[in-house]
Amino acid sequence: MRLATLIGREMGERPVPMVTCLLAIVLGVTALVAIRTVTYFSEMAVAREMDSLGANVLILPKGVGVQDYYAADMHGETLPEEYVQRITLSKLQGVDNLSPKLCVPAKLNGDSVTVTGILPKSEFQAKAAWAGAGIFNHPIGCGAHSGVPDNRPVDPKALARKRVIETLGEREVLVGAEVADRHHLHEGDSIELLGGKFTVLAVLPVTGSVDDGRVFAHLHTVQELAGKGEVVNVIEVVGCCKQIAAGLVDGLNKLLPEARVVTIKQVVQTQQNVNQLMERLSLLFLAVLLAVGGAAMASALYANVSERRKEIGTLMALGATPAFILRLIVGKAVVLGVVGGIGGFLVGSVAALWLGPQLANVTVRPLPSLAALALGIAVAVTLLASLLPAWRAARLDPCICFKEV
Amino acid sequence: MLRLEAVSKTFQRRGCPVVALQPTSLEVNAGEYVAVVGPSGSGKTTLLSILGGMLAPSSGKVYLDGQSLYDLSVTRRTQMRGSRIGFVFQTFNLVPYLTALQNVQIPLYLSGKSPREQRRLAQAVLERLGLGDRMQHKPGELSVGQQQRVALARTLANDPALILADEPTGNLDPETREQVLQLFDQFHAEGRTLMMVTHDPAAAARAPRTLRLVGGGVTELSTVGRVQVA
Repeated sequence: MRLATLIGREMGERPVPMVTCLLAIVLGVTALVAIRTVTYFSEMAVAREMDSLGANVLILPKGVGVQDYYAADMHGETLPEEYVQRITLSKLQGVDNLSPKLCVPAKLNGDSVTVTGILPKSEFQAKAAWAGAGIFNHPIGCGAHSGVPDNRPVDPKALARKRVIETLGEREVLVGAEVADRHHLHEGDSIELLGGKFTVLAVLPVTGSVDDGRVFAHLHTVQELAGKGEVVNVIEVVGCCKQIAAGLVDGLNKLLPEARVVTIKQVVQTQQNVNQLMERLSLLFLAVLLAVGGAAMASALYANVSERRKEIGTLMALGATPAFILRLIVGKAVVLGVVGGIGGFLVGSVAALWLGPQLANVTVRPLPSLAALALGIAVAVTLLASLLPAWRAARLDPCICFKEV
Repeated sequence: MLRLEAVSKTFQRRGCPVVALQPTSLEVNAGEYVAVVGPSGSGKTTLLSILGGMLAPSSGKVYLDGQSLYDLSVTRRTQMRGSRIGFVFQTFNLVPYLTALQNVQIPLYLSGKSPREQRRLAQAVLERLGLGDRMQHKPGELSVGQQQRVALARTLANDPALILADEPTGNLDPETREQVLQLFDQFHAEGRTLMMVTHDPAAAARAPRTLRLVGGGVTELSTVGRVQVA
């Protein structure tokens, strides 16, 4: 005979109230795990989506407005290129990528085109490393990436989507789809722009924006050929949404008081709203778990103690101390909490696998880290719910063993 | 063995005091077999509860082997009850979801014995009471007489010096009642002290000493009385 034997046999003797209790706990934990899992993968998916949208913060010269996000650099005003280094060397959290740009008009085979100078990421990374600061003070990708190093070769066409390019030679260009179509340009072709010769590194896919009519070249080459000096028209920043809300824009404003910082507020806000809604839903279900599961457990244990008054009185007559009776009731609650927590995690994970594609259009997989949370919460709730019934049981008058109950 | 000094018990019912046991001084020597008789509501169960260390008296002292029971902490008193006192109940009070063997193991477990020792002692006492082939049966699978014998085995498990029985034959047919009373005679012969509350005159007649309780007052009916109602 052990305490576990007594608890186990008693639970087997009265399975119906036990299953009812368990159901409340399992349902609560299921809801919690399912929504947390879907939320997690939904946030990841939205973060990836945001990443693919490109820059969500623009740094512009003072007094320049934004009428068209994709044409924000077509204003003729300039900023010092040194701002890029200032950002990379700063302690600002949430800067995921930077793309400084300078636009100049040019002729291509007698046709007017816009040449946009862009600085490949590898160059300002190298500058920052040389300055001893390392690149950015936070993990790249705002947590949207898996953390596994991506060794795939970089596709220059990704510029159309990501608005940042990893490497670009000083005499290489990327050609917008419309320009390439008009001038029958293909990868590897040679062209003359601003009095210099360039090789077409890639033809960008159609974006539907003004970028289709542009030619992208190395920023420093454009500055040199256009005689503009070390200036840019805009610095596009890919910022992490959470850090944007937490003060990245303020930080940039303080860092660059002579510039104007603009966020793509609507995009960021939508993401923030979705995340907040999911988090609130998750908390709501947690509250439901605490309220319904705890109340059901407390009620069932209270009834259980009432039903077992004579048995408890007899155990006391046979030598059970109040502390033992307390352990007997609390032990039962802990067993129910553990079973409910594990069961809820399993059912919740399976539910999330099904609900993910249905509700958030994302593929999800079980999150093992939620098992500990589910178990902890379920045990805490059952433990709390058992305290009053256990205290009542421990204070039962043992003389009840002599009475007919 | 047992000594009561001016022990009384008064309950409050709807604000009114109800005397369950008038001030009583009583001595029961080791090895005595005492029957307590009296009508319903006369205070028999109250007396048994006080003697068993389960109900603190309103006044007076209760001594078990010279130790004042109610001067002990609840835990210590519970431990003393588990090791020195055995209870027999009218409705047996077996735990329905445990087997006969497990029911007998309960007091052994509560007194801190190892599972192996519990099993060995429980098997021995069940075999002694003729239940060797019923150890794995639950109470619901046993006859009424067998259930009472399992309850008696549980009482004996910790080898108590004092046995307090509350109407032990009240629910039994005549044949089983006789078996139980014979077992009580055996326990007495082994030198244990027995106090048996009963309505059954024939059962009371088996005890060498009888106390009568009426309206919370104790009077000696037979043999060597040491009763005085203060």
